[in-house]
Amino acid sequence: MAAVKETIDTVAKLETYEHGFVTDIEMEFAPKGLNADIVRFISAKKNEPEWMLELRLAAFERWLTMEEPDWAKVNYTRVNYQDLYYYAAPKKKVGPKSLDEIDPEILKTYEKLGIPLREQMVLAGVEGAPKYAVDAVFDSVSVITTFKDELKKYGVIFCSISEALREHPELVRQYLGTVVPVSDNYFAALNAAVFSDGSFVYVPPGVRCPMELSTYFRINAENTGQFERTLIIADKGAYVSYLEGCTAPQRDENQLHAAVVELIALDDANIKYSTVQNWYPGDAEGKGGIYNFVTKRADCRGARSKVSWTQVETGSAVTWKYPSCILRGDDSVGEFYSIAVTNGAQQADTGTKMIHLGKNTRSRIISKGVSAGRSSNTYRGLVSAHAKATGARNFTQCDSLLIGKTCAAHTVPYVESDTAKAQFEHEATTTRLSEDQLFYAMQRGLSQEEAVALLVNGFVRDVLQELPMEFAVEAQKLVAISLEGSVG
Amino acid sequence: MTALSISNLTVSVDTKTILKGLSLTVPNGEVHAIMGPNGAGKSTLGYALAGRPNYAVTGGTATFNGEDLLDKDVHERAAAGLYLSFQYPLEIPGVPALTFLRTALNAQKKLRGEDEVSAPDFLRRVREVAKSLKIDMDMLKRPLNVGFSGGEKKRMEVLQMAMLEPKFLILDETDSGLDIDALKVVSDGVNALRSPERGMLVITHYQRLLDHIKPDQVHVLVAGRIVKSGGPELALELEARGYDEYLGVAA
Repeated sequence: MAAVKETIDTVAKLETYEHGFVTDIEMEFAPKGLNADIVRFISAKKNEPEWMLELRLAAFERWLTMEEPDWAKVNYTRVNYQDLYYYAAPKKKVGPKSLDEIDPEILKTYEKLGIPLREQMVLAGVEGAPKYAVDAVFDSVSVITTFKDELKKYGVIFCSISEALREHPELVRQYLGTVVPVSDNYFAALNAAVFSDGSFVYVPPGVRCPMELSTYFRINAENTGQFERTLIIADKGAYVSYLEGCTAPQRDENQLHAAVVELIALDDANIKYSTVQNWYPGDAEGKGGIYNFVTKRADCRGARSKVSWTQVETGSAVTWKYPSCILRGDDSVGEFYSIAVTNGAQQADTGTKMIHLGKNTRSRIISKGVSAGRSSNTYRGLVSAHAKATGARNFTQCDSLLIGKTCAAHTVPYVESDTAKAQFEHEATTTRLSEDQLFYAMQRGLSQEEAVALLVNGFVRDVLQELPMEFAVEAQKLVAISLEGSVG
Repeated sequence: MTALSISNLTVSVDTKTILKGLSLTVPNGEVHAIMGPNGAGKSTLGYALAGRPNYAVTGGTATFNGEDLLDKDVHERAAAGLYLSFQYPLEIPGVPALTFLRTALNAQKKLRGEDEVSAPDFLRRVREVAKSLKIDMDMLKRPLNVGFSGGEKKRMEVLQMAMLEPKFLILDETDSGLDIDALKVVSDGVNALRSPERGMLVITHYQRLLDHIKPDQVHVLVAGRIVKSGGPELALELEARGYDEYLGVAA
């Protein structure tokens, strides 16, 4: 209840995109454009092992032979890959040991965004409030990771992927690219060639990670692509809950964000991955905004392992994103809970793939799409069962809510089964936000915007409940803000 | 003081004129009943006063406690104290009844510049009211009206009016779909809200509701106009003789 009230207050108070400011700091850029030398430059900047450079160069070669995919239901001006910076880092040394060494302008940025980089700030918070560790990525580099020492006591490794490549190369080498191979798709190949940073998590066998882990991505520099790479490994019987958040300044040009996230769950391991995506969506006419072309995939490699994706997508001009689960281990479980909100001229083509390979594997998909303005919102999903996946089960529910008369919602489900012993269910609904419901809520005292926020929050409630508590409140606010001015 | 004063009101829905010069005044502390045949414009009156979109006021005036009602937005009329109990209350999926009610109450208070109600005070009050209406608290944790029976929805309407404490109530066919027991519970709930500071307009087809909620005045609405007004005995007359004699008058 408090959350709803807060939502309404926020709506009243906030501007459409409150994170649209730019931080003015000295940056170090690699020369514009992309070629093998740039790939070598990035690798050298990060003091990477030789095998990593080889992997990058192989990915780059592969990328050159690939075509940008065009099957998604989105229209956009193609990216000129030679007109981008592939490396942008704040001009202070990379990976400072303490907060005092970070550019104060960056600290201010995160403060403004409400991201706690000072551990004592988190600790000094309300008693009993859950604390969480943060890896803050600013353009191409990770600026700080909090609570590293405390996590170490449990054997949990949480650091930037650059640091992991230096400190734990054997772990990275064992798992990197095993879920999303470099040749997987155009954007994944590009990411493998030029990724600059991202987060790395390893949770050892039997360990329940004692706090929420989170990464906060911030694009700041102009004409810069952000290519982060996240790798999370939950060893046998381990548990980890991870959250990523993202924002970017308000700019007239489109900016590219092409991330790759790989999750690996071994026997009996459980990974919960939540995303609150709030990249700058562009203005109402569709000028500017982030291209969010992301490959996220989990490998439920071990028996009885479980991966749960929860995403709240409110930002980006164009979204192309399908967090998926390969259910390889017998009795493994995959879940996908999604809220995708589009307004203005935004376009989202998002969904999931549940690939059932093991016996008695189960998956569940709950997708809530909300479209307003002139936006287009597509759910695209694949549920498939391999011949050996006997006893596989899936339940899919796709609900679309339309606000106004100029938006669109599409549902494109693919269902494929090579075994007669799988059971798949699919339910879908499309409804328009009802004038009668709005009138009813307004007759009880809610303004039109408050009424829309309340009804939409009701529509997405099943998914909001899957988010960690403190982020659910945040997400609820975001959904409301994203829909401002969508009615009337 | 006069709570509601309507003068020569005309209302159209989709270019069709429904109310054709309706005049009516309801003083504070009084309960007025509006009776009439199907299609006379009874519900339209309630909707137009509440400000429902597509119910276009094309002429006349309506003031509420001295203020122009018609230039206010829907939620402003609600915050000013106007409550419409719906004939068919809407289902609000995913929004628990308690959340809906508290959000509405605080939104009204905010608009009036009052302090918001604290969670414990709110819950204490809801418990009392729910008990008097024989509503289980568990039901209030479910999404508002979703899967509720007709009687449960009407009780929820009364619970909301008791919590929002409006200055004026419009009850649109609150008796429809109620069995005898539920009618008693709902009527008792409404009667508990009768006070010298509060006016009520009770829209109904049938006399039976008025056995429970005793009106001070009864108005007969036919073809968009009030064609006769009188005391409670008028309702009994209508029950016995029907509307036939008025249909000629209006035409």
